[in-house]
Amino acid sequence: MIDSTSVVGKSDLIAIYPEIFLLVMACVVALVDLSVKSRLRTGTYVLAVLTTAGAALLTGLYAAGGQTLFAFDGLVVSDPMGNWLKCFAAIAMLVTFIYGRPYAGDRDMLRGGELFSMGLLSLLGIYVMISGHHFLTIYLGLELLTLSSYAMVALRRDSGAATEAAMKYFVLGAMASGFLLYGMSMLYGATGSLNVSEVYQAIASGQINKQVLVFGLVFIVAGVAFKFGVVPFHMWIPDVYQGAPTAVALIVGGAPKLAAFAMAIRLLVEGMLPLSFDWQQMLILLAIASLLVGNLAAVAQTNIKRMLAYSTIAQMGFVMLALASGVFGGNASMAPDAYGAAMFYMVTYVLTTLASFGIILLLAREGFEHEEIADFAGLNQRSPLYAGVMTICLLSLAGIPPLVGFQAKLTVIQALLASGSSFYIGLAVFAVIMSLIGAFYYIRVIKVMYFDQPAEVTHPVRAGFDVRATLCVNGLLVLVLGVMPGGLLALCYGAVQTLFR
Amino acid sequence: MVATPWLSLSIWLPIAIGAFLLLLSKPGQAQMVRWIALLGSLVSFLVTLPVYTNFQLGTAQMQLEEKRLWIETFNVFYHLGVDGLSLWFVLLTAFITIIVVIAGWEVIQDRVNQYFGAFLILSGLMIGVFSALDGLLFYVFFEATLIPMYLIIGIWGGPNKIYAAFKFFLYTLLGSLLTLVAFVYLFNASGGSFDIQTWHQTPLGATAQTLIFFALFAAFAVKVPMWPVHTWLPDVHVEAPTGGSAVLAAIMLKLGAYGFLRFSLPIVPDAAREWSGLMIGLSLVAVVYVGLVALVQKDMKKLVAYSSVAHMGFVTLGFFMFNSLGVAGGIVQMIAHGFVSAGMFLCIGVLYDRVHSRDIAAYGGVVNTMPKFAAFALLFTMANCGLPGTAGFNGEWMVILGAVKFHFSIGVLAATALILGAAYSLWMYKRVYLGEVANDHVRDLQDINGREFLMLALLTAAVLYMGIYPKPFTDVMDASVIELLRHVAVSKLN
Repeated sequence: MIDSTSVVGKSDLIAIYPEIFLLVMACVVALVDLSVKSRLRTGTYVLAVLTTAGAALLTGLYAAGGQTLFAFDGLVVSDPMGNWLKCFAAIAMLVTFIYGRPYAGDRDMLRGGELFSMGLLSLLGIYVMISGHHFLTIYLGLELLTLSSYAMVALRRDSGAATEAAMKYFVLGAMASGFLLYGMSMLYGATGSLNVSEVYQAIASGQINKQVLVFGLVFIVAGVAFKFGVVPFHMWIPDVYQGAPTAVALIVGGAPKLAAFAMAIRLLVEGMLPLSFDWQQMLILLAIASLLVGNLAAVAQTNIKRMLAYSTIAQMGFVMLALASGVFGGNASMAPDAYGAAMFYMVTYVLTTLASFGIILLLAREGFEHEEIADFAGLNQRSPLYAGVMTICLLSLAGIPPLVGFQAKLTVIQALLASGSSFYIGLAVFAVIMSLIGAFYYIRVIKVMYFDQPAEVTHPVRAGFDVRATLCVNGLLVLVLGVMPGGLLALCYGAVQTLFR
Repeated sequence: MVATPWLSLSIWLPIAIGAFLLLLSKPGQAQMVRWIALLGSLVSFLVTLPVYTNFQLGTAQMQLEEKRLWIETFNVFYHLGVDGLSLWFVLLTAFITIIVVIAGWEVIQDRVNQYFGAFLILSGLMIGVFSALDGLLFYVFFEATLIPMYLIIGIWGGPNKIYAAFKFFLYTLLGSLLTLVAFVYLFNASGGSFDIQTWHQTPLGATAQTLIFFALFAAFAVKVPMWPVHTWLPDVHVEAPTGGSAVLAAIMLKLGAYGFLRFSLPIVPDAAREWSGLMIGLSLVAVVYVGLVALVQKDMKKLVAYSSVAHMGFVTLGFFMFNSLGVAGGIVQMIAHGFVSAGMFLCIGVLYDRVHSRDIAAYGGVVNTMPKFAAFALLFTMANCGLPGTAGFNGEWMVILGAVKFHFSIGVLAATALILGAAYSLWMYKRVYLGEVANDHVRDLQDINGREFLMLALLTAAVLYMGIYPKPFTDVMDASVIELLRHVAVSKLN
């Protein structure tokens, strides 16, 4: 650790170099945008894409280096897990920009280029959250992320639904932040520190009043659960997904999920693993409720964005299950595998979500929103390619092999069954039966795309080369990673492994 | 020298050709698509032949093995191989695919490339199921077959196709998901391996065995389908296009029965023995009760669908009597049913293409206007009721012998199936083909053309060959069946 008397050392700066780069570029993008005239903001767009690509490259190189670096007296950490997550988040944001620009341009949402500068700022929030090694750093990152998200949700000033969604998001999000902060304050009261390692040491010492700890823990879990959007902290998800402009829904539903995962790992695992027995029980309850509510509610939806929102809730239930299966009977030897499974699930989920929302964005550009499931009728006749990509995504979400969603579900089931306890086996059976309900609403959309006739005369789907190419690569990745998940699996498991060294 | 990976070729060649067909979506390319599909299925069949010619008789060892690390984190291997239990299904699958391509030649006018593409991909996936020696690889192939079949039923099916497609998908998915849990449990119990042959050696507790047995049962019984989870089959058959019905009956149902052989019996032998009473009971219900149900059907496809359930009941009956006659008879019956049921469904398809009805009552006296076709139909009908000299006879005969050996009364009950089978098959034949010409539709019927003649003749040759000279079929499986029974006889309780 760095000598506390020094000011800012060189290694400090190296550790947060990607964050500095992002911050500078976000400002540059905002400034450059002042001189951009084109309706589609081509200049800003190219700069934003280059920035995210640069950030991804930078963090990817850091991650490949495999070093763990603490900086600023342990306020931030730069470790392989965090750097991989940052790399994926940057790629997710890049893909979001590509998918979202034509949509946003058509709806006059690119007036001031806020979508790009704010998107970069929320990515910066994600970065800070991921690299936070102090409860307050993580909190600051979270606030930066959510504040820019609130603004983006409300970006369409003329849309009542968007404004309403922004309000709901803001009120509920503020409440969740409050929960989190309250829990942290209690933890500070109990342990005398908010540094993740010091909190861990204090709890592990066993000297601390358990009651206060568990009380604080409840609030922290509530805050984390809100970011994941698991039941009963899920209310904002359907409204925001549906109400927000689709491009923004993708920004909210994509990359931040990776930050939520990092937050859970930093707070619960790195900070409070000795309390795992308590928080695992909470996560199991959250998981059961999410699988149940998410899947059942999704069946009743007619709006595809809302359906995907509820399906997200159900998918997050799976991640909760993986997170809840790390420590069993005081034995943490399975923990790296369990959290590696959760990370793999999260990364592949974001990958799949990007493609499915990408298709919705692409189709929405013919002058109407294209948000009802019925709007997908006969898509296969209009464009077999996009229908195919969407089918791959939906089947992957349903967990059908050989797609990547299957591998993700398999890793979680493996994490559950590795414990050998009959309760966890029961949980696994429950989870797969719930995914059967999930399969029903996913294949219903496939049914609409392939079996139904298009309602009226429809135009062939048109898209720019960048969008088409990205969508194809995105969809293909869902298939290829399903057939050959080895590399990504090893990456996720290895990244989590370094936390336990 | 590296041996030619014949199994990989058999799996991936049709999949590659099928995927290529999906790209040819322009309307003017339909004729080219048909020819590519036909040539592709022929070549795919040809590459399965070396699997047979290179097969060594008299050993239960896995042959033509290919093994490569696939997913390191979970110790999953891309591990293929065939033994006497699976060899014939690889060939059968590729053979039926050719027939299906010929059958769909003119009938399918809508989205031709997707239709043939789906069948070729399906063919590769099913060969994958039969040759996978790694549990996870098996599961991936087993599940992936749902996707093309779902689309085949849903796009080219009958009026109620959507209901049928959903029912098919969800029924079979439920079973498979529980199987996945069982597989992961076995992975942990065997010390971190998905290798099926390792699982065969893994000791398991009594409770674990029972739970695994029923988790596997959920997948395989639905797929077979056994009574009482057979209800999806008639619905799906009625709605599926002719090619879909043929593949479903000829091969997909075998995936479930094959699963019993490869997984349930050798991996949890104690549970299999303990619950064999239940399995035999369910099989007998399928044979007798479903046979009776078939008798009263008014729809030809439904009748054949129920007769499939009854015939597959014979298969599971044979398996769970744990003697070599029963198990080998079950496998022979599976292969025979593959040829015969495909023939039956194609015959119905021929009639349906002309009259657009599957009601038995809509026909009568077809033999007067379509004599060539009626001759083929008669042969398949006879094979369906197990006439000696046709493929249908040998398997049923072996299973009944095995049943008598096991317990005389079970043998008697099983033998009633021959009577019931003859009753519903012949009665349907009488009502559809014989007698006076019933109406104007039948009067206007054209006899089969060269394409239809070819596809029925190919199947006829197979049915007769297997009926008259079954030795190549039984020789292959002897050693493997004995090895399997040796496994079942040894307790694996720990």
